Amino acid sequence: MSEFEPTIVAFFCNWCTYTAADLAGTSRLSYPPNIKIIRVMCSGMIDPKYVIKALLEGADGVLVSGCNPGDCHYINGNYKARRRIKLLKEILPQFGFEPERLRLTWIAASDGLLFAEVMRDMTEQLKPLGPSEAKLKMVI
Amino acid sequence: MAKTASIEVKNQDLIGALRDFFKTVLAQDEISAIQVPWRLPMKNMVMPTLITDPERLNGADPLSPVFPINSAKIVSRLTRKESGGKVAAVMRSCEIRAFIELVKLKQGQTENLVIIGIDCLGAFRNRDYFSWVGEDIEESTKKYAADVLGGKSAAADGSISLSTACQACESPIPVGADITIGLYGIDTDHKVLIQSETVKGENLMARLQLTDEEEPPSRKKAIDKLVEERTAVRDNMFTETHAATDSLEKLTIYLANCVNCYNCRVACPVCYCRECVFVTDVFDHDPSQYLRWADRKGALKMPTDTIFYHITRLAHMSTACVGCGQCSNACPNDIPVMELFRSVSQNTQAAFDYTPGQSIEEKPPMSVFKEEEFEEVVGID
Ligand code: SF4
Ligand code: SF4
Ligand code: FES
Repeated sequence: MSEFEPTIVAFFCNWCTYTAADLAGTSRLSYPPNIKIIRVMCSGMIDPKYVIKALLEGADGVLVSGCNPGDCHYINGNYKARRRIKLLKEILPQFGFEPERLRLTWIAASDGLLFAEVMRDMTEQLKPLGPSEAKLKMVI
Repeated sequence: MAKTASIEVKNQDLIGALRDFFKTVLAQDEISAIQVPWRLPMKNMVMPTLITDPERLNGADPLSPVFPINSAKIVSRLTRKESGGKVAAVMRSCEIRAFIELVKLKQGQTENLVIIGIDCLGAFRNRDYFSWVGEDIEESTKKYAADVLGGKSAAADGSISLSTACQACESPIPVGADITIGLYGIDTDHKVLIQSETVKGENLMARLQLTDEEEPPSRKKAIDKLVEERTAVRDNMFTETHAATDSLEKLTIYLANCVNCYNCRVACPVCYCRECVFVTDVFDHDPSQYLRWADRKGALKMPTDTIFYHITRLAHMSTACVGCGQCSNACPNDIPVMELFRSVSQNTQAAFDYTPGQSIEEKPPMSVFKEEEFEEVVGID
């Protein structure tokens, strides 16, 4: 049987992590192809609904990634994002979602190396968890 | 400084004494109207009612075990803009706490409002109340209040119990009111305690010329006992509800009766949106979309997005949940909505060290941030 390959839905800030992903690509850094990237203008515009919907539709993990503290192009969007992720991390595990399934990182535009590392780590951590319950069971 | 006074109860008529007190409040020049739980003349039902005619206060029923709506929403309507007058509002503890949350969201103001909080004797679910109240509503309320204050369980004949929200309510004593009416631990056959909690309340009390009084030690004892019992019920409810919803599959079973009517959200005093996203175009999916989803999954329960709705609503309002139980009251399909929402809220409120309704100054958690906080949620360890 082939190894379980998790699907990760990733919301990347245009100004940093998205650019870092691009850089990793053009620098030919290898990283696992498990990720479905959605580009947003700032981590602060990621509505908790996006995260909840992705997980309920069967994403095995969700990654939110924005600019480092102090570097947000909209001044404080990443601080707001952090509060929202904190909130979701309180709610979702109560319904059995493992903490590894929702991650928040800061990755600067120039940090293609860190980007590739985060992708590898997140994928490796999701593998032993197996497919999300939302994939296996009917969600109404 | 809190000022404590009392009003006299004549002929053991507690409700009558409260009505007289409301009349003296309404008689003040500065007060244009008083909002109280009031018996509808056409049916034995109690609704929040805005009263200007003192005679009408003879129908006030502030101790009846029903509150068909959380009146925070009504007081918000009365105060969201300048009304040209000052209103006094008689409210339960959970109604005051919900109102304070709405004030923080700029959906109500306290300037032209006097909040009169009253020790809460609890309430039945609406439908239980209808069957319980009978022909003689005055007698029903009287007996109910006497039983509860006498330490017997609600509806002493054992036919109905308090709503689960009230059974688990550890905050039956109002906080944040201008004036509170104290009943627990007071000899309510003879008197009722009146306390001011704000300068505004103190000024009003001074004009009412009440007799000064000391709070009897029996009051704290009675309250402590009640809070302890309620807290035990609450904690048990948390444990049971967590166990019943600790996987997505279990949560789905828990909510399987839900028909997406959104009554729970309409009834929720702290679901603050004028238009809920779940009734906007965002969820008005194209018909072909349903076919695509059904095709991908093989079976698509309609209406869709049930679990999505509940988890999203938790994300939106759980930090502000005051546990009034109106969601469960409103559910046509007997889903224990309050149990789920309070159990999750308990944790989201603790995470942000936030107690809804406690203080107007304390900002709602999602409206603020600090540069250095919650580092533990960042990164992949
Ligand atoms: S569920 Fe959310 S969007 Fe809907 S009314 Fe409540 S807070 Fe607003
Ligand atoms: S009131 Fe009950 S059926 Fe209606 S949306 Fe809420 S939980 Fe579902
Ligand atoms: S612009 Fe990148 S997180 Fe705000």
